[in-house]
Amino acid sequence: MTIVNAVTCPVCGCLCDDIELTVENNEVVKVKNGCAICESKFLGYKSEHRVRKPLIRKNGELVEVPLDEAIHKAAEVLAKANYPIVYGWSSTSCEAQRVGVELTEEIGGVLDNTSVVCHGPSILSVQEVGIPSCTLGQIRHRADLIIYWGCDPWSAHPRHLERYTTFTEGRFEKSDWKGYLQKVKAAVSKKKIESALRRGVVKHPSEHMLKPETMGGPPPAMMKEGRKLIIVDVRKTMTAEIADYFIQVEPNKDYEVMQALRALVKDQELDVDKVGGVPVEYLEEVADAMVRCEFGIIFFGLGLTMSAGKFRNIDVAISLVRDLNMRTKFAIMPMRGHFNVTGANVVATWQSGYPYAVDFSLGYPRYNPGETTVMDILLRQESDAALVIASDPAANFPRKAVEHLVKNPFIVIDPHMNATALIGDVVFPSAFVGIEVGGTAYRMDHVPLPLKKVVEPPEGILTDEEILKRILEEVRTIKSKKTETS
Amino acid sequence: MVKEKLQVTLLTGRTIEQGVGKECGKGSKEYFEAVSMCYMDAGDMKKLGVKNNTNILVSTENGSVVVKAVKYPRAATPGIIYMPYGPWANVICSNNTSSIGMPSFKGTPAEVEPAQDKPLLTMKELLKSEFGR
Repeated sequence: MTIVNAVTCPVCGCLCDDIELTVENNEVVKVKNGCAICESKFLGYKSEHRVRKPLIRKNGELVEVPLDEAIHKAAEVLAKANYPIVYGWSSTSCEAQRVGVELTEEIGGVLDNTSVVCHGPSILSVQEVGIPSCTLGQIRHRADLIIYWGCDPWSAHPRHLERYTTFTEGRFEKSDWKGYLQKVKAAVSKKKIESALRRGVVKHPSEHMLKPETMGGPPPAMMKEGRKLIIVDVRKTMTAEIADYFIQVEPNKDYEVMQALRALVKDQELDVDKVGGVPVEYLEEVADAMVRCEFGIIFFGLGLTMSAGKFRNIDVAISLVRDLNMRTKFAIMPMRGHFNVTGANVVATWQSGYPYAVDFSLGYPRYNPGETTVMDILLRQESDAALVIASDPAANFPRKAVEHLVKNPFIVIDPHMNATALIGDVVFPSAFVGIEVGGTAYRMDHVPLPLKKVVEPPEGILTDEEILKRILEEVRTIKSKKTETS
Repeated sequence: MVKEKLQVTLLTGRTIEQGVGKECGKGSKEYFEAVSMCYMDAGDMKKLGVKNNTNILVSTENGSVVVKAVKYPRAATPGIIYMPYGPWANVICSNNTSSIGMPSFKGTPAEVEPAQDKPLLTMKELLKSEFGR
């Protein structure tokens, strides 16, 4: 039995690097410090839902084939194609992503990563207006106002609050964990009072017991000392339940609310009572908290990038932060989903100049989101082959896009038999990055962290990087033979 | 009075169960149960006469899918339904990318109706019916 310390978790953009794993007979048997998803990954990697052998679709069924045959088939499909798409990358290492860029250039395809369906719009806005950001370490030690807008870290980044924001013990800002416990106790007491009043147990209730909410002024939690947590979302999420203040916006109205906040921060009057379903006095309280804080941060999620306005929502969020920096210190950061989607952007940028949607079909990199984004290419039915790696578009793309993906031959590289692998033409099993193979991944704040190899992959299963290198080599062989014969 | 259909706004997104399920493996029972469902407001369920954990048909202009209706436990969200990301939600998601590559996964107008007699498809059955594979 071996205990491996300081393992980086290959699940979400938090990249928690304090995971402790117990390894027995080349298997992870115990996970410490991780969240529910982390534990599920480190224990679920060896499940029966794994792809064990390379598969090729023959007569409508996926059948096991030798690795060399699958490599040759994949290379043949890609070498023949006129406009192939190479998509995925968010759950693999930077080392594999680097080979992916080389392969896409070789076949004259389009390289895109999953940011097209997560923070692609954020990237567009950052390219337009810039981004005042920082590392998560700075937030941990200094931020006294944390705002999550259109995201639910409790569900998607379960340890974000515990490691980087409200519930972490920073050097200058303390954890609000005790405050949260008091809030829970207060909520329980409130319920008890309500029950007692309903049942008529209390004969002479005090005025405070009857109408505790009519005390006036901002909610007490907003006036307390120390860290404050504000959640803005279209529904009350689990994270919203632990917030000091929760603002519920109507769906597709974030842009309006954000613009109203910009006006309030600049001390302008609003001549309406509500914006996006939110009473203006609530927004005034948020604006006051923003201006009053010493160091604030807005974390935003797909609630902004996927709703009406899309990248314009991010434009206005960044502009709000820019306005706030005239009054205090404020930063903003996207909540990146998969553990190395940031790395996919970084690698594509340093290799081609562009973070996603890179079209190599003319022999040089071209970037025009809306035209060269994989989603639009599929919806316009332009591609004639695809390679999907470390992602699951069949489970994440609208049906019409997947319909076109299936029309043409497509190759899948993934450790799990996911929805895309089930409908693929060539399927390669690969080693789990961060469990069976090491590498580098970028945290959501662009800090690169090493991923550890803790167990050996099953026999005969290659890593993403090795599979891509083999395919690239085979593509080059096929192309050179073609040149010789012509 | 019980309504036959209800106009709602469809949101899709993450849930912790979807996260745990996807890491167990997309063929797992955990994943199936986590994503072949739809959170609904308790009041809206009452209006439609839908009971917790029974099938409903969710339709948008892009298609229809049968999922399990689950009462949203946190607060009232009248007029909003929430489906976790997954093959079931994709059947009905909007294709509109606003010319920037991002489909409108949140805030799509949708219609909900009870569908107790219609079957909830497994992932393999769903992929077969949608894509023929």
